[in-house]
Amino acid sequence: MHNAVLTKILNKNKRADHPVFRPGDTIRVHVKIKEGDKERLQAFEGTVLAKHNTGMGETVTVRKMSFGHGVERIFPMQAPVVDHIDVVRTGQVRRAKLYYLRALRGKAARLRERV
Amino acid sequence: MSPGILGKKIGMTQVFRPDGQVVPVTVLKAGPCVVVQRKTPATDGYDAVQLGLMEYVKKSKISKPQAGHMKKSGAEGVKFQREFRLEGIANGDLKAGDRVLAEEFKPLEMVDVIGISKGKGFAGVVKRHHFRGGDATHGSMFHRAPGSIGASSFPSRVFPGTRMGGQMGMARVTVRNLEIVEVDAEDNVILVKGAVPGPNGGYVVVRRAKR
Repeated sequence: MHNAVLTKILNKNKRADHPVFRPGDTIRVHVKIKEGDKERLQAFEGTVLAKHNTGMGETVTVRKMSFGHGVERIFPMQAPVVDHIDVVRTGQVRRAKLYYLRALRGKAARLRERV
Repeated sequence: MSPGILGKKIGMTQVFRPDGQVVPVTVLKAGPCVVVQRKTPATDGYDAVQLGLMEYVKKSKISKPQAGHMKKSGAEGVKFQREFRLEGIANGDLKAGDRVLAEEFKPLEMVDVIGISKGKGFAGVVKRHHFRGGDATHGSMFHRAPGSIGASSFPSRVFPGTRMGGQMGMARVTVRNLEIVEVDAEDNVILVKGAVPGPNGGYVVVRRAKR
């Protein structure tokens, strides 16, 4: 990924409209969903557990609790299906992959706000 | 219109189509090329163009006979050159000294890409021919060996072409009918759909698809 030409292609194709966020932040991802010929947006709000890869294959793992069950979704950041992303809340964490949150529930799974 | 172009493989990435479909692409630095020699039936017995890839090459890296050959067409910094046969294609307009650029290719066109595959050295049958191999444990004494390579007193020989271990890779490989996804005329860059033989930085020949 250090080739100048590749970097240029990447910069041209990469989306610039996503906000900056880190693992531990709570984000709301709005995904385009096709129903018949109609298109609507569906939001998924949760904590960012991990960001994977760089470049065009960049993904983000988002986890939320839904009726007592943990639900995780992996979104391809550069894909057009992701309409936009809102940062709802920041979280102070000390590592890049927050897989330990899967074992925690309720009060223990809270994260301090980043200052 | 040139029958092809020479280039270098840069690497792979992904591109999204407007409908959201993701396309795996290989980035090729294609050209600028120069027509080193134009071979004609009258002088050479067949019709072809000899292309050379223009890049930065130290003078000492080019042999004197090569340099002399290049001088005729005014080509400089050419290390990698290949010939394209011209039978059945209208290419009367190409002559020695002409430039061939990536912009001659357009998206949605089909090309064949020829390269030298990555060398894997002397490889066993499991890696080279996808033989299954045997159990690693449970007292198995048959691990990655090829097994039987034929019958005994008849035919008393091994049939030619029997799959065995040997040199793998580092061979000329052609991948046919790759779609051109994007062309950047400014940088002489072509994006083709799919994978291309060889390492990043390896030389490739991009040829208009034969069929």
